[in-house]
Amino acid sequence: MLTKEQIAQRIAQEVQNGQYINLGIGIPTLVANYIPEDLEVVLQSENGLLGIGPFPTEYKIDPDLINAGKQTITMVKGSGLFNSAESFAMIRGGHVHLTILGAMEVSENGDIANWKIPGKMVKGMGGAMDLVASAENIIVAMQHCSRSGDSKLLKECSLPITGIRCVKKIVTDLAVLEIAPEGGFILKERAPGVSVEEIQSKTEGKLIIEGEIPEMKF
Amino acid sequence: MINKVIQDAQEAVKDIPSGAFLMMGGFGLSGIPENCISALLKRNINGLTIVSNNAGVDDFGIGLLLKKKMVKKMISSYVGENAEFERQLLSGELEVDLIPQGTLAERVRAGGAGIPAFFTPAGVGTEVAEGKEIREFDGKLYLMERWLRADFSLVKAWKGDTAGNLIFKGTARNFNPIMAAAGKICIAEVEELVPAGELDPNQIHTPGIYVQRIFEGKDYEKRIEQRTVSHS
Repeated sequence: MLTKEQIAQRIAQEVQNGQYINLGIGIPTLVANYIPEDLEVVLQSENGLLGIGPFPTEYKIDPDLINAGKQTITMVKGSGLFNSAESFAMIRGGHVHLTILGAMEVSENGDIANWKIPGKMVKGMGGAMDLVASAENIIVAMQHCSRSGDSKLLKECSLPITGIRCVKKIVTDLAVLEIAPEGGFILKERAPGVSVEEIQSKTEGKLIIEGEIPEMKF
Repeated sequence: MINKVIQDAQEAVKDIPSGAFLMMGGFGLSGIPENCISALLKRNINGLTIVSNNAGVDDFGIGLLLKKKMVKKMISSYVGENAEFERQLLSGELEVDLIPQGTLAERVRAGGAGIPAFFTPAGVGTEVAEGKEIREFDGKLYLMERWLRADFSLVKAWKGDTAGNLIFKGTARNFNPIMAAAGKICIAEVEELVPAGELDPNQIHTPGIYVQRIFEGKDYEKRIEQRTVSHS
């Protein structure tokens, strides 16, 4: 099973040179730590920045410079700042190439649920609905099962959904999977030491297994 | 130049009535109108509707207005940092409209720009779409969203001049410029107020036409929600 850091590390392998990328809160934020240094990419923060840099040192902290998770950050050279309407214009307009976000559930046709647990959690969707409705390429970082062991890769989402038919790829602590155009989770890679049978038993939605499934490489 | 300067926060908010529809700039606690919130706390009003991306934290920002039961309704995209908010919401004391952040921003922008409605893909197929007109354009589904306009918009800028021109700093810009335009009366508080002519016109983010009142704020706390540092 992968740690959160390893999930982030595996997702970083999907990043391509020249991409503008939006990273969600949680595991997706960690992806920035593993993007190879020879790639030129720009990280977008939906509160109004292109060019997120590393966390600041103690004496460089600026309360007027935060990311969408409200963490203090820095700007890389060549950054740009803008207002919230402009920020979502570039998201909706299809200018952001890759969106990486967390999920509570994903269905086999690519629906995602990550904003609400009725009666329990009322935090809101933030920018997630705009991102999933607009991005061409959406990768989800998530745990394969809940703490109680229930599969989070489902036939249909049980929680209120954030977007329909939008997820392309999923990296969990057990596997890398892609959503088939006609529906179903295509198993692409296994976490080191995890068997196909284990992944099958922990995937409630339709799992598509074609040929030998390789282990992830780091 | 038309002079927009007023004395202080107290004068700025003195005619905001109970039941007013307000907008407040800021993302998290970054770029919030701290002085105006403090001045509102001293007013004996309630039943406010507030459009703001977030709802502050329990003991700072809009959280203070919530605690004093001055707010009837919040229109926001994410409210996860505020336990008092969650309590009032679950107990039914507070009404809340949760709106996708980009839709919220565009509704505010549309309000300021005189566009009564627009179509967006955000929320199609979700409970956000319930009761809204859905239309297909070029093979993709979109839902109709309406503009938002406020009686008063309360914004915070880094620098401003006596003519109401504003310059923001860092990510404290966020919703502030679009809210300035969407308020019938925009109140701008700035860290530094200078005479008209001292700001470079090439650098203005919000033109003074949108701002009706401006004052230099004081004692900015600029509280940080997530203090993350690197040690290298």
